[in-house]
Amino acid sequence: MSFQSLDEIVNKCEGEKISFYEAVLKEDMENSDCTEDESLRKMQTMWEAMKAADATYDENLLSKSGLTGGDGARMERYRQAGDTYCGDFMTEVISAAVRMAESNACMKRIVAAPTAGACGVLPAVLITFQKRNAIEDEVFVQALYVAAGIGEVIATRAFIAGAAGGCQAEIGAASAMAAGALTFIKNGDARAIAHSCAMALKNLLGLVCDPVAGLVEVPCVKRNVVGAMNALSCADMALAGIRSKIPPDQVIDAMREVGESMDVKLKETGAGGVAASLEGKMIAHKLKEK
Amino acid sequence: MNIFDILGPIMVGPSSSHTAGAVRIGYVTRSLFSTKPVKAKIYLHGSFAATGKGHGTDRALIAGLLGMGADDERIPRSFEIAEEEGLEFEFHEIIIPGAHPNTAILEVTSEKGTVTKVQGSSIGGGRITINKIDELDAQFSGEHPTLIVHHQDFPGVISRVTKILADSEVNIGSMHLYRGKRGGQAVMIIETDGVIDRETIVRLRNEDETIKVTYIHGGY
Repeated sequence: MSFQSLDEIVNKCEGEKISFYEAVLKEDMENSDCTEDESLRKMQTMWEAMKAADATYDENLLSKSGLTGGDGARMERYRQAGDTYCGDFMTEVISAAVRMAESNACMKRIVAAPTAGACGVLPAVLITFQKRNAIEDEVFVQALYVAAGIGEVIATRAFIAGAAGGCQAEIGAASAMAAGALTFIKNGDARAIAHSCAMALKNLLGLVCDPVAGLVEVPCVKRNVVGAMNALSCADMALAGIRSKIPPDQVIDAMREVGESMDVKLKETGAGGVAASLEGKMIAHKLKEK
Repeated sequence: MNIFDILGPIMVGPSSSHTAGAVRIGYVTRSLFSTKPVKAKIYLHGSFAATGKGHGTDRALIAGLLGMGADDERIPRSFEIAEEEGLEFEFHEIIIPGAHPNTAILEVTSEKGTVTKVQGSSIGGGRITINKIDELDAQFSGEHPTLIVHHQDFPGVISRVTKILADSEVNIGSMHLYRGKRGGQAVMIIETDGVIDRETIVRLRNEDETIKVTYIHGGY
């Protein structure tokens, strides 16, 4: 039986004096009836695939619709020029998030985390952090377990699909997963991890899924940036000792409630939000004629 | 659900439902054939018809029919590869009452000239279900080893089939039975925990009432 709440994970960690990562690993071994080695190898493959996807970004690619391509490289050139508001690290996170989301739109190989539309959030923060700090892969593989455990609870208590709960369920969930992973890497305990996740999810509550022409491109690509930046801020808050006033599981339940009350126009139907803007509708019309 | 449904799959973008799921529908359809498919008429329903092109759903379905997995980087070039491998294809739009929004029907002709019609839906996160084979209901995911036994609706067939599996120490995970009409043609869909060896399949085929026994290894 998989975890039904973050509380359950935190209690297991504190009761058995194990880390968040070990709790999720153990649960996977029981659930999938596999050895520690088998599970770890699988997660290692996910991490390798994320890094390979990051390394093979091609700035010359355009998506089939022509809406997406080249912005990752634009951001990277701006960063290298050196005069930014966000500073070098944050600007590199932005460009990494855009690059991955663009690769996805251009039919390159990525890792859905938790979805393809939100695939840029986790690698943007984790890979960029690893590039600047000599930390071995093993730690990042462990952090991916933390992310997956959080994602599993969100999927169980709420949803992780835009069609079911809006973008808060995709970029919101990805951001919460990334916040937890980052908190873990800097040795935050299970409680801090759960609270970083709660804050990240809370900040993106209500975010709608409004893809122009129904495609995973506009506004999805740039929303990956917001997911990544939000994850870093929330991890830093949790590591500073700040706690969510609303308990983490109650935040997830609130996300479900918001998603359920969201109009169907705002849940991946391409009929509301920016998809229903004049320009959004014109783009959709032009693509249909093509 | 397990943690690798959350982190994963490794896939070619842009959409787990419209791209990865579509590859898998094609792949499972392909695995129902013992010989190469040479012609495919594909009907797209709902969101597959409306946004399929921009999501590469068409290329994904063909890639699956060519035996590619959801992470195969050749997916964007599947049309060209189909031409090289002699697979003709055409796409149509269709409305299937009551079907999941992401549904396709694949009518595929094999090298030997047999035609099989498969209806499958992509239900989110890259997971799929096959709903129909040759107009008969047939629900399965293709994730596990699966036996599809077309047989005559006749007393005792089920117990003979399950006895053969029991003799081979194969554990059944789920089993569903569908039939058109009483005494007519019926289908058994059996998902098993472990793989089934060739000898067991031959024994199933040799049963008098079984018409066609198809086995897919499962996994994408």
